[in-house]
Amino acid sequence: MEEKTISRGGISLGDIPVWSWLVAALLLLAFFMIMSSSGGLLAPYIGQLAGATDYLHEFAHDGRHLLGVPCH
Amino acid sequence: MIATLLRRGLLAGLLAGLLAGGFAFVLGEPTIDQSIELEQMASDGHGHSHGEEGGEEEPFSRTGQKVGLFFATGLFGVTSGGIFGLAFAYFRDRLQAASEWGRSLSLAGAGFLAIFLIPFLKYPANPPTVGDPETIGVRTTAYFALMALSLAVVIGGWAAARALRRRGMGTPARQALVVAGCAIVVATAFALLPASPDAGEFPAGLLWEFRMSSLGTQAVFWIGLGGAFGLLGERAARKRADA
Ligand SMILES: [Zn+2]
Repeated sequence: MEEKTISRGGISLGDIPVWSWLVAALLLLAFFMIMSSSGGLLAPYIGQLAGATDYLHEFAHDGRHLLGVPCH
Repeated sequence: MIATLLRRGLLAGLLAGLLAGGFAFVLGEPTIDQSIELEQMASDGHGHSHGEEGGEEEPFSRTGQKVGLFFATGLFGVTSGGIFGLAFAYFRDRLQAASEWGRSLSLAGAGFLAIFLIPFLKYPANPPTVGDPETIGVRTTAYFALMALSLAVVIGGWAAARALRRRGMGTPARQALVVAGCAIVVATAFALLPASPDAGEFPAGLLWEFRMSSLGTQAVFWIGLGGAFGLLGERAARKRADA
């Protein structure tokens, strides 16, 4: 019984299509944008946009505290 | 199939995120309000300077930030839920649980442990005013490094347990070995990473309440995600069986 459930296959990592890796990367990026206080850290790379993410961070402020990520 | 699981994850994540937002709104917001009041009382006591001298203009009112709470938990939910759905595509046929419901809940349990609970034990959530703004960069890096490590430990522990089961190792020995191994790695990381910020004069009771509401918010999210994803999966399975 146990043998059977173990040998059940499942897709291998190689079978996962490229698009789903891309989607995963995008979701991960969005996750970090909202969850980390990255405004300052990203400024050298995205310039003006960093100001917009700061704005978002202030809006999401209480959520970030309650979800447990460092904020202040 | 993967696209279906992704969509299911995004939807379940959004629902769970909004549910967690509701929990946080009712039980967490009062503690944030009290923390901010304390902060303002402290700064009034020092200089008798209302607002003006405080420097930066806050772009959002407290009411605005409470609306933002749902934006934050919703977006946290959608992104985590989408990744959860993709991860489910890989883990689905490798998990022990026999039903969609059981598999979904066990993957959500692993997510709660790796993404939130292990990092929380070292770096518990802090309300506004606790923590030096100067060190926010270091603290953020340490927090996400620990999150990545605990995710690696949970996946590694799961893979090791699976390999040992295949080799025929008995359940008690296997579980003791895997749990001990994971605990050693986590304890070593806890010892090496920088300490959690000092709460200073902040009232201990309020701090505890805030942290419990944070723990509750995340617990509601992961239970909601596992539950909603599981229900949607069960419904799809029934439809397939009927067809
Ligand atoms: Zn904050």
